[in-house]
Amino acid sequence: METTYTIWQYLFTLPVHEIPWWAEVFRSILRVVIGLAFGLGLVPIYVWLERRMLGWVQGRLGPNRVGPEGLLQPIADVIKLFMKEDIIPTNVDRGLFLIAPIIALAPVIMSITVIPWNGSKSWGAVAPGLDIGILFLLGVASIEVYGVILAGWSSNNKYSLLGGLRASSQVISYELGMGLAIIAVLLMCGTLGLQDVVRGYDLRQPHEFVAGTVLNNGQGLINVLPLSGTGYTFYMLDWSSGFWDWNVFRMFPFGLIACVVYMISMIAETNRAPFDLPEAETELVAGFHTEYSGFRFGAFFMSEYANMAIVSTICVTLFFGGWLAPLGILNQVPISWIQALTQTPDSWVPWWANLINSLISALWIILKLFTLISMFILVRASYPRLRYDMLMRFGWKGLLPVALINLVLIAISLAVQHSFRDSLGTAGAWWVGQIIAWALMLAAMLVAFVSVRKSYASRQRDIASGEIPADSPIVRHPVALALPALTSTEK
Amino acid sequence: MSMTLARIPQSEFKPGQGVPTGIELERYYDPETDQETMTINMGPSHPSTHGVLRLVLELDGETVVKCTPHIGYLHTGIEKTMENLSYYKALVLTDREDYLSNLCNNLAYSLAVEKLMDVAIPIKAQYMRVLLNELERIASHMIWLGTHALDIGAMSVFFYTWQDRDLVLEIKEHLSGVRTKTSWICPGGLRGPAPTGWMQRVQDFLDYFPKRIEMYETLLTNNPIWIERTRGIGMITAEDALAIGVTGPTLRASGVALDLRKHQPYSSYEEFDFDIAVGQVGDVYERYRVRIEELRQSLKIARQAWAKVNAAGENAPVRSADRKIAPPPREELDTSMEALIHHFKLYTEGYHPPVGEAIGAVEGPRGEKAYYIVSDGSNKPYRVKIKGPSFYNLQALPRMTEGRMVADVVAMIGSIDIVLGDIDR
Amino acid sequence: MPNFRDPSLSVMEPNVLSNSLLNSYIPVLVMGVAAIALAAALIGLNGILGPSRPNPQKLSPYECGVTPIGSARERFPIKFYLIAMLFIVFDIETVFMYPWAVTYIHSGGMMIFNLIEMLLFVGILFVGYYYVWKRGAFEWE
Repeated sequence: METTYTIWQYLFTLPVHEIPWWAEVFRSILRVVIGLAFGLGLVPIYVWLERRMLGWVQGRLGPNRVGPEGLLQPIADVIKLFMKEDIIPTNVDRGLFLIAPIIALAPVIMSITVIPWNGSKSWGAVAPGLDIGILFLLGVASIEVYGVILAGWSSNNKYSLLGGLRASSQVISYELGMGLAIIAVLLMCGTLGLQDVVRGYDLRQPHEFVAGTVLNNGQGLINVLPLSGTGYTFYMLDWSSGFWDWNVFRMFPFGLIACVVYMISMIAETNRAPFDLPEAETELVAGFHTEYSGFRFGAFFMSEYANMAIVSTICVTLFFGGWLAPLGILNQVPISWIQALTQTPDSWVPWWANLINSLISALWIILKLFTLISMFILVRASYPRLRYDMLMRFGWKGLLPVALINLVLIAISLAVQHSFRDSLGTAGAWWVGQIIAWALMLAAMLVAFVSVRKSYASRQRDIASGEIPADSPIVRHPVALALPALTSTEK
Repeated sequence: MSMTLARIPQSEFKPGQGVPTGIELERYYDPETDQETMTINMGPSHPSTHGVLRLVLELDGETVVKCTPHIGYLHTGIEKTMENLSYYKALVLTDREDYLSNLCNNLAYSLAVEKLMDVAIPIKAQYMRVLLNELERIASHMIWLGTHALDIGAMSVFFYTWQDRDLVLEIKEHLSGVRTKTSWICPGGLRGPAPTGWMQRVQDFLDYFPKRIEMYETLLTNNPIWIERTRGIGMITAEDALAIGVTGPTLRASGVALDLRKHQPYSSYEEFDFDIAVGQVGDVYERYRVRIEELRQSLKIARQAWAKVNAAGENAPVRSADRKIAPPPREELDTSMEALIHHFKLYTEGYHPPVGEAIGAVEGPRGEKAYYIVSDGSNKPYRVKIKGPSFYNLQALPRMTEGRMVADVVAMIGSIDIVLGDIDR
Repeated sequence: MPNFRDPSLSVMEPNVLSNSLLNSYIPVLVMGVAAIALAAALIGLNGILGPSRPNPQKLSPYECGVTPIGSARERFPIKFYLIAMLFIVFDIETVFMYPWAVTYIHSGGMMIFNLIEMLLFVGILFVGYYYVWKRGAFEWE
């Protein structure tokens, strides 16, 4: 291209593949700032929300004095943490002790990189062009636990040590199920890029075949409108799309199963109740961060909450349609309105239309995010804590087989759909594939039921032979039983 | 456990890793794996040891090989202090030893003193004592349930139970002006009649509380995580429990139907219609269910007691007519010289029980609470010995914890419902 | 309704792609630097603002208020060691599934073949899984 561009166009308007590296660096910094503001700026709000919401559930007020409705309370807490002494106990492994909070916090911040907040390939995420999105997330997120384990080990405190060990045991419990649940989504979408996952398919591919397409399921969802001369892209979303196109409802119920597995794992990943074993305060005092004070503790605290936001956003992105509205009509300002307003030809869209649309996208993703965060909080308010061998049993005997079978069923359904697509059409093939998968699912459930039944029968035998105590109702004795040698000392 | 016990002398500990004096340390050693256990202090300053209990745990991984409770961090010398106070003044200390069952302690002490003095208590006072004791039991069980659930991680239950306990405290406050340490039950009856509106308040509470029990059951009883965490944990057999001297709900959950309210009725408990909640398995879950059932039974007793107190009439006496133990009414002081002298003697010198010994025992929220008092004829007890149920129940803990995990230990501590003030005294 | 193709979406020509590929990793780099710098800066700020008044009691490890017995650096048995080993095995097998999963719906005529291959793979995985389950590897008490 021989056209010369202005600096402004390089920095802001041209598509990403037409700009030099320095312009991309500038844009990256800008997007990093936006991402950090999103990712970390919301952390105090989660903290506030959690405290107020727990207060609401538990019949008390929660913080309500600092600022309006106590909104500034987390800020005050952070300032307090800054003013606290940074205690480094004797006998700690100094290097690891000092670096552990950074190892815990930095990867969480890093994972903001790939989280998309709208569909633009230039501005839609910190690194919108990154086509390894999910792999990057998994890789980076798994570093965080090292911070916890190292903190536990280096503290020279037995409670910290136990907490660190529990963290490692927790990782090996949930990660398999989580990985397999994510693979289920990859299988349906055929892409690693998170923006493409939200759209339901890879736009760059000629989508000759789209997974699970009895409803819209992504294809035909988006018409793309280039903004001539500026490089902005206006995504026009199909009004007929909606929440039923989200991955969670895709290939029902397999998307839903994957979603449930992922949601359980994400609670475990963030060390939140009922999986808050590494810092179980009633058991291990404070777990891995017993010896930490000041902002080193704050770093763990922040990483937990930021991580909570990150995994929720990933969940939203993977399963709940990311920045898309639950009804297509709510996705963006209708283009006809803009055209009516501006009296311009079809191919021209003013910059503020894009801005408004970006804000609408951001609004939806934040709404979904807070819905999930509220779920986190309600779960915390409701459930007792698991023991860590229970979690491990749950992960290995519950999540792993369910996720694995779910994956296999999705693959089978897809293959069947593919084979029948030519003869039966997309919708017919969808039904054939799904019915076969449903039948297999029922068979798997039957096998599971039989084995549970068998173990139940053996348990009943053990009870009958007196090896295990039976579940018995609490007996109410109307009169006292005769007791051996209970003599009264009354005079 | 496959571990063989090998004692490592204290002298082999590295300097600086100070072993507290007077505590003999046992380390376990497994020759097969060349593995020593890790010794960890749980308490005295730990969130879930319910006070300042210190457990020295020998850990093999996170599995407890041995658990040694160390007590005494809350020792206040209450028994000795009581021996230096007149009977009348010693009463207020009973509120302060097991600080979660004040009225039950009051009653046990009062029963012992009344037995020494051989005074008769008006029937309305007896019913009131029953009513107050059952309310106290509800309040205490509320704290137990809240902290027990909090230990296992069910955080909201803690706040709900605390609200319910507060209602009982408000009832006590309405009665006496004091929220917890009322000393309202005293030798000779009660301190005074109930103020206006008090009975209505109690009735409101009794009408309101059954819903709350249902709510707790909804939250916990069938919660799969709760069952997983408590079923089969901290088992103790009836034989072991009886041998150790465990009493109260902890014993009853193991299948022994022993309840002083039935076996050795005091304060006219024999007139009340109620059942003893008895479990079979003797694990944490069973203890939980027994206490929940006890809440219902307490409510039943309290309702009957309320009706009986109500029937006794507003002006029925709640204090013994014996002027040696109970002060005369205020109006008599203006007219009767004798009353004035009684009043003066009672509040300066106190009363002199005859030489002898007596034990007053009640079924407290945690088990059998007894005050053993020896009188030498003076106005101060010669010897006071308190039997605290927590002390005996705690002895079951090492047996329960063997081979269990740290996470279970907190569940067990919660389930035996100890109060350190009751143990250390 | 206009239906244009986005120029940024039709970038499959290799020469443009490589440029875009490089560019797409720049933000990762920037974010990495920002993340570590931010974490370190926050903690550093605490070091500047916070007081420093150490004393032996403050610096001793917390063990519920009493002097710790022994060290936390002793050899420590990890009961879930076997499961940790199994985790590595299973996790690596999970990693093998990623490329398969991504290319699966794009594989066209090879799809049935891909399915059978993965069924074999998962089948072997499942046999191993069933074996360790029945051997009681997940029970560690």
